[in-house]
Amino acid sequence: MNKNRNKGPRMKSQRIFNGIFYPLLILISAICVLPFLIILSGSMTDNGVILREGFSLIPKQPTLEAYRTLFQNPTSLISGYRVTIIVTAVGTSVGLFLVSLTGFVLSRKEFTYRNQVSFLIYFTTMFSGGLVPFYYMMCGVLKLKGTLTAQWMPAVLSPFLIVLMRTFISSSVPDELCDAAKIDGAGYGTTFTRVVLPLLKPALAAIGLMLALGYWNDWYRSSLFSSKSNTWSLQFYLYNMVNKANSLNELANQVNIVIRDLPTESVKMAMAMLVTGPVLLFYPFVQKYFVAGITVGAVKG
Amino acid sequence: MGQKRLKKPKGKRSFWQDLKKNRILWLFLLPAILFFLVNSYLPMVGIYFAFTDFNFKDGLLGSPFVGLKNFEFLFISGALGRLTKNTILYNLAFIVLGNLCQVSLAIIISQLTGKWFKKVNQTLILMPHFVSYVILNVFAYNLFNYDHGLINNIVVNVLEGKPVDFYTNAAWWPFIIVFFNIWKGLGYGTVVYLATITGIGQEYYEAAKVDGASVFQQIRYITLPGVKPTFIILLIYSLGGIVRGQFELFYQLVGNNGLLFSTTDILDTYVYRATISNVDYGIGTAVGLYQSVVGFAIVMVTNYCIRKKDPAYALF
Repeated sequence: MNKNRNKGPRMKSQRIFNGIFYPLLILISAICVLPFLIILSGSMTDNGVILREGFSLIPKQPTLEAYRTLFQNPTSLISGYRVTIIVTAVGTSVGLFLVSLTGFVLSRKEFTYRNQVSFLIYFTTMFSGGLVPFYYMMCGVLKLKGTLTAQWMPAVLSPFLIVLMRTFISSSVPDELCDAAKIDGAGYGTTFTRVVLPLLKPALAAIGLMLALGYWNDWYRSSLFSSKSNTWSLQFYLYNMVNKANSLNELANQVNIVIRDLPTESVKMAMAMLVTGPVLLFYPFVQKYFVAGITVGAVKG
Repeated sequence: MGQKRLKKPKGKRSFWQDLKKNRILWLFLLPAILFFLVNSYLPMVGIYFAFTDFNFKDGLLGSPFVGLKNFEFLFISGALGRLTKNTILYNLAFIVLGNLCQVSLAIIISQLTGKWFKKVNQTLILMPHFVSYVILNVFAYNLFNYDHGLINNIVVNVLEGKPVDFYTNAAWWPFIIVFFNIWKGLGYGTVVYLATITGIGQEYYEAAKVDGASVFQQIRYITLPGVKPTFIILLIYSLGGIVRGQFELFYQLVGNNGLLFSTTDILDTYVYRATISNVDYGIGTAVGLYQSVVGFAIVMVTNYCIRKKDPAYALF
């Protein structure tokens, strides 16, 4: 009875709430998606139309001319994909292995120095030598300038991911299970690969995704450690295309057209689509693992 | 805890004993130790650059020692003051506005009823998090380009006004940069706050509904108190990074456009230019060192104050 009497005003407030916030959320989602639509539309618009009338949401004379120009001489495109794919694949697999290995050690109770080691790892987020000494270490001491190693190595581990992994392990791998494995005569290696890793599938998905995303989207290390354009990642290649006329000139020379006739604006947009396309294609399918990862990090913090 | 302490023998020997006893675990840890040594701890030696007039020919130890000259230069030229001001003001705007937007959106989403709508909505607002800052650069170009940007397109054709020259006018950029920062971080932060709200416990909401509490009352008396700790903790965490700028955001939106530096140059972009140009190593290191020391001091002081007031929120 009581429940029914109170239902009226409560439902009314829910209706008001929905009435205000459904439209607001639609607007916010639109703002989040709109830029992608502008790029997509720009990549399929005739370059002349962009030059005359500017960018718009719907392409007026849809054409694939820009993509055709890019594919006609794909040397730089292929080189960019090659660099990005190698760096992403190597970085993600090595990173995933090392993050879980380190997280595993730091979650072992019998490891006396785990708090001290954790602090030394955490300390690097508070105090660092800065960019210049790091750059000197990579290029001056280790001589890694111009190599792909320089692009994946500095990001295989991070304090954030290690802490996230440790949290995952302590929440999804019961200590008793490791103890039982030990009693059965399993060493740490066996315990790690046979007992812990299989239970960590969601964590591996989430952390692997974060690593892969970081590598795919990287232009910074590529800009720091490239000496020639053959180690430019896709993102850095796009960056140069958008910001410098040089790379467009180069493309114009390769396909033998005058720079004036090159569909510069639409080509930039087509390149942006090719660079970010794989991420957007995978995104809907992997989103849930990513959200699961953030959620675990948030709850234990 | 107390038992463990008692068991552990004191002094240096215990470390060597542990190294022997847990040798497999230490072996597993070796890659991580090497990693942080190479990427974080050994480069700290390079802090010495900050006190030299560095040149490649003489290297780390051979370059002339100049004492505090680099810091003096930065201070007297006014660069340090301007960069620090820009960095801190931007970060404050990011932290405060960003968190407010994220927490509000999370609360709204948590109270809406359409399941399918919520899912689609979350997918869309998380999308900006997944693209690189270079794509952000392209977006900005699409919107603000003088000749064919979407905004000038609308200004000229629809409003019949004069086109705005964004790339020479520094006054616009604080708004643009803050907008893009909120835009990119909105989805991620919302997921974090939604996780907190989900953790509050459905039984409180059920009880409130039985008592006839309106949606707004539920938010006021259950959700807000529930997310308060997370909100404060996130603010405190971000405070530690207040002198570390969002380098990628600024560099991709502004780049090397000197016309905009008065309102957009931050410590990190300055260091990057000094590094890439290969000439100002000493100065670049000095700025980096300044960032580390100030940032570290801020973390320590904040933590000390918080621990005194409410130890539950302390970082360590």
